[in-house]
Amino acid sequence: MRFRIWSCALIILFILVSFSCKKNGDDSVQQESKEILIGEYGSLTGTTATFGISTKNGIDMAVDEVNKTGGVLGKQLRVIVEDDQGKPEEAQTVVTKLVNKDRVVAVLGEVASSRSLAAAPVCQANRIPMITPSSTNPKVTQIGDFIFRVCFIDPFQGFVMAKFAAVSLKLQNVAILRDIKNDYSVGLADVFIENFTKMGGKIVADESYSEGDTDFSAQLTSIRSANPQAIFVPGYYTEVGLVARQARKLGIVIPLMGGDGWDSPKLWEIGGEALNDCYYSNHYSVDDPSPAIQKFVSDYKVRYNQVPDAIAALAYDAARILVNAFRTAGTTESTKVRDVIAQTRDFAGVTGKITIDESRNAVKPAVVLRVKNGKLEYVETVSP
Amino acid sequence: MGSFLQQLLNGVVLGSMYALIALGYTMVYGVLRLINFAHGDVYMFGAFMGYYLSRLSKGVQGESLLYALMIMLGAMALSAVLGILIERFAYRPGRGGAKYSMAFWLGILGAVLGRFAAPGIGSLVAGVAVGAVVGLIVEKYFVRTIPRASRLALLILAIGVSFLLENGGQLVFGADPKFFPQFISAQQMNVGDLSLNNQQITVFVVAVILMLLLNGVVNYTKTGKAMRAVSFNLDAAKLMGINTDRIIAATFAIGSALAAAGGILVSLNYPKIDPLMGIMPGLKAFVAAVLGGIGNIPGAMLGGFIIGIAEVMVVGYLESTYRDAIAFSILILILLLKPAGIMGKGLVEKV
Repeated sequence: MRFRIWSCALIILFILVSFSCKKNGDDSVQQESKEILIGEYGSLTGTTATFGISTKNGIDMAVDEVNKTGGVLGKQLRVIVEDDQGKPEEAQTVVTKLVNKDRVVAVLGEVASSRSLAAAPVCQANRIPMITPSSTNPKVTQIGDFIFRVCFIDPFQGFVMAKFAAVSLKLQNVAILRDIKNDYSVGLADVFIENFTKMGGKIVADESYSEGDTDFSAQLTSIRSANPQAIFVPGYYTEVGLVARQARKLGIVIPLMGGDGWDSPKLWEIGGEALNDCYYSNHYSVDDPSPAIQKFVSDYKVRYNQVPDAIAALAYDAARILVNAFRTAGTTESTKVRDVIAQTRDFAGVTGKITIDESRNAVKPAVVLRVKNGKLEYVETVSP
Repeated sequence: MGSFLQQLLNGVVLGSMYALIALGYTMVYGVLRLINFAHGDVYMFGAFMGYYLSRLSKGVQGESLLYALMIMLGAMALSAVLGILIERFAYRPGRGGAKYSMAFWLGILGAVLGRFAAPGIGSLVAGVAVGAVVGLIVEKYFVRTIPRASRLALLILAIGVSFLLENGGQLVFGADPKFFPQFISAQQMNVGDLSLNNQQITVFVVAVILMLLLNGVVNYTKTGKAMRAVSFNLDAAKLMGINTDRIIAATFAIGSALAAAGGILVSLNYPKIDPLMGIMPGLKAFVAAVLGGIGNIPGAMLGGFIIGIAEVMVVGYLESTYRDAIAFSILILILLLKPAGIMGKGLVEKV
C-alpha cells in the first residue's frame, strides 16, 4: 500500500514538472539598454475592472504615440502591466514586484485611492516616481515626495457637487448614501456635507453600504422616509447602478448625484433608465469642442472602438506628463525625473491645463455631466 | 410606520432568496447527513448558465414568461448535471469506491496545466488526455480500494469542491462582474406607501411553490420514500434493494436545480453576477437552514425569512456594517440555545 501511494505521488510530480518546465526561459532576458521600462498596476479584473482597462488603454495609446515618433532619449518605452484584481493587498504585492524585480524607472496607477494608498509607500521607499492618474483621495500624495497625481482631489469634487446642488439645482434637502469601506467615497461624502451645509442646505439622511453589497433596499427605504430632493451617492459604478435600479423600484424618483467613480461604460448597462437625469462630476467631457480633446476622442475610438471615459483620458495625460519629464530631465534617473514632474506648469492635457502644486496635486477645473438615455450631457464647468 | 412595513417587505424579499438556497442545503443534509458547502457555488453556476443561455438565445426572445421559464429550466438542468458530476466524482469516492474518478480529476488538472503550458485548444485537449490516461493507469494498477471516508473528510471535501468552483469560475467565466439580462421586466406596484414589483413577488411565490413541491416529493413519492430510507440507514436501505447511489445522485440533482432556480430569480432582482457571488448568500442560507432545523424543509424556509428580515432591520435601523454580523450571531445563538433549530427534532451533529 505504501509503495502504491508513493508511486502515485511520483507520477503526479512527474506530470507537474514536465508541464511546468516548458515555459521559463525567454522571460528573464533584460533589454535594459534599448528600452525604458515603466510599471503600471491596475484592476484589470474585479468589480472595478473597467477602471483598470481604461487606464491601460490610455497609457498604451500615449506610449505608442511616443514610440512611433522615435521614443524618448533615443530609447523605446515599454510598459509592464500588473493586475491587482481590485485588491489593495494585491496592489502592494505587484508594485513591489515591478520595482524590485522588473526595475522600472517610474510607476503609473491606480484609479482607486485605497489601492494607490497601499502601493504608494513601496514607490516612496524605493524612491521611484509614481503618478496616479485618477486617485482623488488627498492622502495619496501625502505619502511622500515621489507620489504625484494628475487629477483633482476629493475636497474639490465634494465642493463641486455641493455647489452644483445648492446653486445650480437650488436644492435644500439632500440625503447621503456612502460606501463606508471606501476612503474615496467617505472623503467625498464628508466634504460634500461640509460645503453643502455651509451653503445653507440640509443633510436629511446619511446612510451607508459596503462595496460588493447587492441589496440596498433597507438604506433606500430609510432615505425615502426622510424626503430628500436628491441623493448623493459617491460610490463606484457597479453599486451605483444597482442603487439606482432599487431606488426606482422603491418609488424614489429624485436624482442621484455622484463623483467620477460613476464614470464607466458599464454604468448605463447596470443602471439603465433608472439613471436618467442623474448628475456626476468628472474630469472632462467628450462633448467638449476643443480640438485637442476631439483628436484624442477620435483616435481612441479608432483604436478601441469605444468612447474614452475620463479614466482613460487621465491615464493618457499621466503617461504624457511622465514622458515629458523624461525629455526635460534628459535622463530617467528617479530624483531628477521627480523634480521635473514637481515643476509641471500649465501642461496642456486632454483633461484641462494641469499644474502640479506644492503638495504634488493637480490644480484644474471639473465638469458636471448629466446621464440621459445612455449618453452623457455636459452641464457646466466648475473652476477651483 | 409605512417605513417599517416597507422594511419588513424588503426583508421578506431578501429572505425568500436565502430560503431558496437553504432548501437545497437542507435536502442534501436530510438525505446524506452532509453539509454540501459547494451549494452556494452551484447557485452561482446556475446564475451564469442563465446568463449564457439568454445571451445565446438573443433574438429569439421577447419578454414572455414562457421564455423566462425556458431559460430557468435550461439552467436548472445544466446545474443538475453539475450536481450529479460533483456527487459522482467527488462525494461518491468518499463513500468507498467509484470508477474513473481519478481519471476525471487528473483530466481537469491536465486541462489547467495544458492551458498554462501553451494557449489554444490543442494543449487543453492534450492536457485532458494525458491527465485522464495517467488517472486510468493509476486507478487500475495502484489504487484498488478506497476506504470509506469519515464524515469530517467528506465535509472538507465539500469545502474543496466549493473552492474549485469559485476559482474555476473565475478562470472560465472571468472575474469581472457581469450584468444579468432582465428577461422579466420590472413592473412597479404601489399599495399605499408600500412599493413592490413583479420580480419580487415572483421570487417569493416560486420559493413557496418549490418548498411545497419538495415537501411533496420527499413525503409522498416513491423516490422520496427511498430518500427517507437512505437518510435513515444507508446500509439497510441498500439491503432492501434500494439503488442508493441513484437516490443520492437524484438528491444532488434536485438540490442543484433548486440552487440554479434561486440563482436566476435572485439575479433578476439583483442583476450583478460574478464567480464569487455564491459565498455570502451560501453561508447565510446555511445559517438559515440550521436556524430552521437542518434537514427540515419548511424550517429552511422559515429560517431564510428570519435571516432576511433580521438583516434588513439591522441595516435599516442600526449600521450597514453589521449586515453580515447579524446572520452569524444568530447562528451562534441558535447553536447555544436550541441546536436542533426551530423546527428540527433530535440532535444535530457537530460540523
